[in-house]
This record gives sequence, C-alpha cells and structure tokens, in this order.
Amino acid sequence: MVNSKKHIVGAHYGTRDWLMQRVAAIVMAVYALVLAGLAFAAPTGYAGWSGIFNNQFMKLATFVALICLFLHVWVGVRDILMDYIKPTGVRLTLLVLTIVALIAYIGWSIHILWGMK
Amino acid sequence: MSVNKPRPVYKNIHVFDLMHYRLPIPGIISIMHRITGAVMFLLLPVFLALLQMSLKSEAGYEAFKAMVWGNMFAKIILLGLLYFFVHHFCCGIRYLLLDTHRGIDLVSARNSSKAVVFVSVIVSALLAVKLW
Repeated sequence: MVNSKKHIVGAHYGTRDWLMQRVAAIVMAVYALVLAGLAFAAPTGYAGWSGIFNNQFMKLATFVALICLFLHVWVGVRDILMDYIKPTGVRLTLLVLTIVALIAYIGWSIHILWGMK
Repeated sequence: MSVNKPRPVYKNIHVFDLMHYRLPIPGIISIMHRITGAVMFLLLPVFLALLQMSLKSEAGYEAFKAMVWGNMFAKIILLGLLYFFVHHFCCGIRYLLLDTHRGIDLVSARNSSKAVVFVSVIVSALLAVKLW
C-alpha cells in the first residue's frame, strides 16, 4: 500500500468489505432483537407466528436482514477460505460455490416471504 | 577471512506445535467466533427450510414444532445452536467496540472476553428456559 490513508470508496483495499460486514451485522442485530420481541409478544401457535410476517413492512425488513446476513456471510466465509485453503484451485472452487449458494438463498428467501400461499 | 553467519530460518508454527502454546482467552473466543459463524453458514439451508416449513401452513408449523421440540436429541442440538448464535452475537458486539478503539488494552480485552462467555451462557440459558 503506497498511501497510509485508506479511502473507503477506493478499490482493492478490503476496507469496503470490512465495513460492509460491520454495517450488515448491526442491521441483523437490530432485526434479531425486534423479531425476538415480536415473537415473545405474539400468541403462541401458527397464527401468532405467521402473523408477524404477514404485513409488507415486516416481510421487507426480513428480506433486508436476510440480504445483510448473506453479505456478512460472504465476507466471513471468504476470510476463512483465504486463511485456511491454500491450493488456489480448491479455494476458487469453494469461493464460487459459496457465491452460487448465497445467490440461491436470495431466491429462496423471496419465495418464502412472497411466493407461498 | 570472513565467516558467513548462518542465515536465520523463519517458519510458521505448524498446526501440531499449536498444542504447546496456551491460547489466551481472547484467542479462544476469537476462534469460537469463526467456528460458530462457519457452522451457522453451513446450516443456512436447514434454517431456511425450517423457516419455510413454519410459515407455509398450520400443518407445516405443527410438523416443524414436532421436529424441533419433539425429541431430546433435537432439543440438545437446538440448545447448542442457540448458544452458537448468542456467542457470535455477543462476540460480534465486542469486535464492534474493539473496531472503534474501545477496550483495546490487555486487561480490558481479557475482561471483555470473559464477559462474552458469561453473558452468552446466561442469555442462552434464559432463552432455553423461555423456549421450553
């Protein structure tokens, strides 16, 4: 690194991914606390549980939290693979599989939230 | 006449040598953060399938309940995963504080590591009692 000052918006520093992981973590933490509060407040049983996810705002909030989860997971899994998987071919394969899986989970999440009935 | 000094050799610590080193508590919760994160990532399809099952229909919800609350084995697994989640949550908050330069001296770092384990155990236990 030539410059000691890193810019968040600059390319290839890794700071952007690092920041994304932290921001995503905060969004998920807030969502998790809200969901836990709603789940404990709701009447037990299917009606109470599914009722939480019935309104569009909660569906959208859940979707945002899930996307944050997948972004957070991407940075974490990428770090783990970079640290422990030394052969380039194996690492690349696992990175690609992770991306493919996460994209599939986005589609699955949309189906769960809006596609069922 | 000059005698060549032997060049120093630097090597990474081999995995098996790691056993001879005592991992300090911030190190222990750090590797736990990785392990809990990796395990929860691998179980993502299971979590999504369970969420789908629980939301799909009344029958699906009952099947989900029977599967998760139905037997002792599932309960123990669930309790373990609950701890994994809470640990990752608490440890993550500690990292956010460290990222913002709070508690980075040795004593604070050790104390906050102990606090992560302590709070995680208590919160998991409370949630477990509440859930069952």
